[in-house]
Amino acid sequence: MTIVKYRTLIFIITGILLAGAIGAIATYGLPLGIDFTGGTAMQISYPEGRPALADVQAQIAKVSLGVVSVRESGNDAITIHSRTMTPEEHLAVLAALSEKAKPTELSYSSVGPTFGTQFAAKALWALVAVALSIALFIAFAFRKVSRPVPSWIYGLTVIVILVHDLIVPAGFYAVLAHMTGADVDVLFVTALLALLGYSVNDTIIVFDRVREHLATNERTNSKESFEVTVGKSISETLTRSINTSLTVVLALLALVFYGATATRDFALVMLVGVIAGTYSSVLVAAPLLIPLSRWYTKK
Amino acid sequence: MFASYVLVAEKNMCAIAVTLRRTLFLSLRQTADPLGEGVRAVPIMSYSQKNARGASFCVLEALNYTLAMTRYRVWSLIVLALGVLLAYFVWSTEMDPASRYHFRFGLDLAGGTELVYKADMSQTPAGDQASALSALQGVIERRVNLFGIAEPIVQTEQAGGISGSADNRLVVALPGVTDIKAAVDALGKTPTLEFRLQKDVQTGTTTIASFEPTGLTGRYLQSAALQFGSGATAGLSAPIVMINFNTEGAALFEKITKENVGKNLGIFLDGQPISTPVIKEAISGGQASITGRFTAAQARDLVNNLNFGALPVPINLESSSSVGPTLGAAAITAGVMAGVIGFAIIALFMIVWYRLPGIIATVALAQYLVFMLAIIKTVPITLTASGIAGLIITLGMAVDANVLIFERTKEELKSGKTPREAVHVGFARAWTAIRDGHLTMIISGVILFWLGTSLVKGFALVFVLGTLASFISAVTISRVYLLALVPEQAKGRWHFLLGSGFRNV
Repeated sequence: MTIVKYRTLIFIITGILLAGAIGAIATYGLPLGIDFTGGTAMQISYPEGRPALADVQAQIAKVSLGVVSVRESGNDAITIHSRTMTPEEHLAVLAALSEKAKPTELSYSSVGPTFGTQFAAKALWALVAVALSIALFIAFAFRKVSRPVPSWIYGLTVIVILVHDLIVPAGFYAVLAHMTGADVDVLFVTALLALLGYSVNDTIIVFDRVREHLATNERTNSKESFEVTVGKSISETLTRSINTSLTVVLALLALVFYGATATRDFALVMLVGVIAGTYSSVLVAAPLLIPLSRWYTKK
Repeated sequence: MFASYVLVAEKNMCAIAVTLRRTLFLSLRQTADPLGEGVRAVPIMSYSQKNARGASFCVLEALNYTLAMTRYRVWSLIVLALGVLLAYFVWSTEMDPASRYHFRFGLDLAGGTELVYKADMSQTPAGDQASALSALQGVIERRVNLFGIAEPIVQTEQAGGISGSADNRLVVALPGVTDIKAAVDALGKTPTLEFRLQKDVQTGTTTIASFEPTGLTGRYLQSAALQFGSGATAGLSAPIVMINFNTEGAALFEKITKENVGKNLGIFLDGQPISTPVIKEAISGGQASITGRFTAAQARDLVNNLNFGALPVPINLESSSSVGPTLGAAAITAGVMAGVIGFAIIALFMIVWYRLPGIIATVALAQYLVFMLAIIKTVPITLTASGIAGLIITLGMAVDANVLIFERTKEELKSGKTPREAVHVGFARAWTAIRDGHLTMIISGVILFWLGTSLVKGFALVFVLGTLASFISAVTISRVYLLALVPEQAKGRWHFLLGSGFRNV
């Protein structure tokens, strides 16, 4: 019951958290990677020791590529970002880098600009489509529950929660990208989409319990207030909401600490997202039903 | 002995049967059993009727439960044996170098190059685009095969609503190839064959031979073949490239040769003259032979280029990526490491918190993993770094359903039900939340797949399959195991074994 009682406080804290995440995105921005903007990213390793970045810049300058960014990556590698290179320019850059050292190209990726913008549009559609279909599905799954709130309110609440579950990890990523030079890539979008599908699970657990209690109340003609029902549902399902997320958090921690470097940022975003998703499901989703039900009955 | 057993059984079971009947009557009327087995419908009867049937009913009921337990034990042995067999399959196929069920690693893990081309369909009528795209795929496949690398993949992506793509695309994956330029050159080369007439131009005192296009090009080519004629001079067999024109080309060729007897007809490949024979007479029938300045190897290339040559539609390179072998190998090792550690800590948590059900969940999780690996091997699904990450994440998600069921079972135990009854009801009541939760994950997985660059597809496939598999494993495998072990009544150590967290039952 504590959660329902202090719901206003929780809403305020959630609001502050959301404002912080939005603030981070506004301040640092989400730097779009080559998957969206088009361009070339190269990762070069120098097993015999990494030269100064300025030297590398000077070497690449021989190939006219416009603005080129060179950053350190890992212990002995660098990453180079530039506009989309042609295969010939790619070879020229490799030749220029090999003049004084013996570098190995770890990876190379080049995306044409139109390809990038199309992917961006598609990714946005995918996010909207997932959120909408989940909300519609929830509204459908709870169609038999109509008192005191109609089933579409459950769907609407889920959308609000999903937006929260996306903004928090996105804000986290804005900070992470600011610190490490990472950018928004295909994997980031993948993480968000997977999060949408997963973090709604905990919300479903609580809603499912509310649904069950409402059905029982109706059968037994109980005059229990909606507030009490919601509070009861939350505290009864608290352990399982936490435990289901905890197992995923454990898997993600293993990925962050031991997994491939390529999926580290991905795992971090999912980690933050899963935690935010559990928080919002337990503390925000069901309590949010109470003011919504009041608003609906008054209307 | 027997009599006393019956007596005890009667005493115990009868009490259970009575409570069971009462609770089942009250609670199960509302609860659908998802798998159609489990709690049987208990006849609803009045108390007087029930008392009349008395002891014999109780003995029957006791027998019924012993039978049910034996049935679940047999089933659990079968399920366990299947799991061991699958594990053996996964292990042995990986050890056997000749097996065709090795894990397939994507380019980001195995190293290699991926090229994405956009097919320029601006000149192709809408109705022909699909066939043009598949013809393009055929041509590129033949060119890729000339590389002689293992398992190249050429895929097409058709424009339109279903794929969500605005362009027709061709995706070429070349494992082991890291020289992008060489690959692009070899694939993108469009040999143009042209027949040009020599025309001498007088400039001042010198005569310059220039060639004028005749309109006859490789477009009218039907097929080309390599032959070896006996060279008259050196006694060496000279390579001859035989060309067959289609009807249109044959007519054009006849017209050109008829009107220009005595002149030189230049044969140009990619703008370079390869031979300039003199037209001796009009040639009908649409056959021409080219002999000239080329070796046998060059002639073979020419024939290949002519046959496989002209692309049905022009292509532009849109994106390319390559990963060196070192990065990929490190990613595989790291992925395996993270998987092992992830599995171990999830198992540890489940066993410490849920005790006996935790052990069962761990066995079910191991079986889930083995099942997924077997699916990945047999379908086969190409594993990418994100796919491996997806598999590890689904390990954490796969036990979710178990957590829901165990928590629910615990609640039922607390409300005074007997352990077996609690398990049955726990499964039945956790069902709606499990179903709804898994469905939302499948929704997002399917849309992820649609978003589909190869990176995302790897993840999405594993995610969707993992969700389905964990769905099945949680509601069937752990259920069978649990019902094979959990006794009718919680006594002695069962209070501890069925407890969770810091509490016993």
